[in-house]
Amino acid sequence: MTVPLLPLAACGVLIAVGVTLLLERSLVRILVGVIVLGNGVNLLIVTVGGPAGAPPILGRFAPETMADPLPQAMVLTAIVITLGVSAFLLAMVHRTWQLTGSDGVQDDTEDRQVRLRARRGELSEGVRQLRAAYRRLILDQRAELARLDAARAEREVLEETRRQELEPAEEKRVRLLGLREEDARRQRQQAAREKELRRRLRVRQREALKQMRAAIRAERERQALALDPELEGDED
Amino acid sequence: MESLISLPVLLPLLAAGLKLAIGVRLRRLQSLISIGTLVIVVVVSVRLLIEADTRGPLVTDLGGWGAPIGICLVADRLSTLMLVVSSAVTLCVMIYAVTSAYADQELTAPMGIFHPAFLVMVAGVTDAFLTGDLFNLFVAFEMLLSGSYVLLTFGGTQSRIRAGATYTVMALTSSMLFLIALAVTYAATGTLSIAQLAERFATLPMHVQLLVELTLLLVFAIKAAMFPLSAWLPDSYPTAPTPATAVFAGLLTKVGVYSVIRLEALLFPGGPVSTMLMWVALATMLTGVFGAVAQTDIKRMLSFTLVSHIGYMVFGVALSTVLGLAGAIFYVVHHITVQTSLFLVTGLIERRTGTTSVDRLGGLMTAAPLLAVLFFVPAMNLSGIPPMSGFLGKLVLVQAGVADGSPLALTLVAGGLVTSLLTLYAMVKTWGKAFWRESPAEHPGLVVESEEATGEAAIVTTAAMPALLLGSAAALVALALSFTVLAGPLSSLAARAAGELMAREPYISAVLGRTITGSGS
Repeated sequence: MTVPLLPLAACGVLIAVGVTLLLERSLVRILVGVIVLGNGVNLLIVTVGGPAGAPPILGRFAPETMADPLPQAMVLTAIVITLGVSAFLLAMVHRTWQLTGSDGVQDDTEDRQVRLRARRGELSEGVRQLRAAYRRLILDQRAELARLDAARAEREVLEETRRQELEPAEEKRVRLLGLREEDARRQRQQAAREKELRRRLRVRQREALKQMRAAIRAERERQALALDPELEGDED
Repeated sequence: MESLISLPVLLPLLAAGLKLAIGVRLRRLQSLISIGTLVIVVVVSVRLLIEADTRGPLVTDLGGWGAPIGICLVADRLSTLMLVVSSAVTLCVMIYAVTSAYADQELTAPMGIFHPAFLVMVAGVTDAFLTGDLFNLFVAFEMLLSGSYVLLTFGGTQSRIRAGATYTVMALTSSMLFLIALAVTYAATGTLSIAQLAERFATLPMHVQLLVELTLLLVFAIKAAMFPLSAWLPDSYPTAPTPATAVFAGLLTKVGVYSVIRLEALLFPGGPVSTMLMWVALATMLTGVFGAVAQTDIKRMLSFTLVSHIGYMVFGVALSTVLGLAGAIFYVVHHITVQTSLFLVTGLIERRTGTTSVDRLGGLMTAAPLLAVLFFVPAMNLSGIPPMSGFLGKLVLVQAGVADGSPLALTLVAGGLVTSLLTLYAMVKTWGKAFWRESPAEHPGLVVESEEATGEAAIVTTAAMPALLLGSAAALVALALSFTVLAGPLSSLAARAAGELMAREPYISAVLGRTITGSGS
């Protein structure tokens, strides 16, 4: 049996076009791809199904000159089936467009789960960094406070020894009083400064905590948006 | 007797047409038609099985054309055995679907759309089992696929449409491949009658044989969800309504496996493809079961075990010995029933609690002890705990693998045992979390989802279980258990079917030797 080259080339082109379109993400293109692919395959069946010939109607032509009717019957069936399935696919494209506003094929569940897991990893990494920064801040503040405490304690010891030294001398009492006054003033200033510092630190701590909580909440919301109903329940 | 063969295909189709004509009225009559049709199909199938077992393959010509040119239906031991199991399973699922529709007062859509689509799918499945013509097998596939498209996207919710898009495009691609395979086959042999092909393929040059065999195998591998063509299955099946998922899981992939059995045993016996099939079987078993272990949703977990256990059947086929084939057939029969019953029970769990995620379930052991038993028994059966049929099926396959004795076959035996163990792990993990542990919520085992939370229609959750709903699931569980008791007759029947398949001669002479009305083209 010789095979006509031109129809076979046409089959090849149609099937190639169909397969290319099938690989697209848009469902409309996939639909067109299915139709083109179907035509290519049907043409293939007719082409390789036997040589061309007279219509296979008994009584009008000699059986030897007739074309083989079997591939034709099969192609007719295949055409009808492709038609029905295309109609269904078209309805599904329409429904997808109604639901999502686009006709793209969505990622499959496993892909989305993997992506979600990656995003959750990023989130917990971010939270960990925020927590570490917060902890560092607190440590710095504690160190500063400890330094201040140490300085005060040292000053107190110094003052005590000086007072013991100066106790008996009467004329020095006045000067001591003056000194004491000055010292008390300085202490008050110091205490005020310290208080102010503590207050500022507290504010900064609160700020940092608030920032961290806001960041975590925003991240959670972003994640909740990304979650879709199928994936519910795999939150850990 | 021969005229009975067409009934399992014709009756569901007629019933589907009738129901489409009636529309949504006369609901009681409608349920009666659906169930009645399937009961008749079961009875006819059993009759055919007995007849085919005692008298050899039965053949009937359709449309008044003789066998090689016209389309014939062939009922041999394998196809009638598949027919009996599949019709029994579809009957149970149909009763489940009807009862749940009545119980939930959702009657319009199920009667108008669900039932006709379901019946068309059943007709496609029975036609695929019975057909003696490769092109008619394509038509049967298209019938069951178009039914399944509708069932999978039932209700048109977002998740189902998303899953449906993948499923439909995948199925369309395999259909196109099937047509190309048919074109090549017809060009090479001038016939599509399976019996005649079995004779003519042997005369073809090796490379043409291999081309045709591999193209057909590719098509059937997509249908049967064999690795690496299995990714579509766990993504699309779990979203469908419960009865649809159950019957998809039970039957659609098994139609693919059945076609592979026919292809390997009848059309290309002892070909060089079996080594490749062995590797495919190993990869299918392992990838599937690893997927199952990682899942937290029961339906997804079951879909992965479904893929995984396809590997056992492919293994049996790839051994291409009578024992291996008998093991595969026994395993198909066991797996159809067990997998369907597991999905039905999961549907009941969803109905009871509103979720199938094991992270949210808990305490079902006390809240619904009956469900716990109904899930536990088929779960253990699937994992292969003795003395249930899952164990027996695996035992036969292991025996066949050891009898083969090649290093690859022994690797597969080891792979099969590992898969069985991991299946047990996945099942026990699920059972322990959903049933055994303390309930995480204040209501034991009851999670009610609001409409916003799921984005779907609000799920009806109720503790009330109509007797028929539980009964249909329990009947399937019992059917799977009965294979233990009937293991002797069933495995000898499977062995006879395998013997008949490997001999090839009974099938070919039954189709071709009977009437010489045409000489092919």
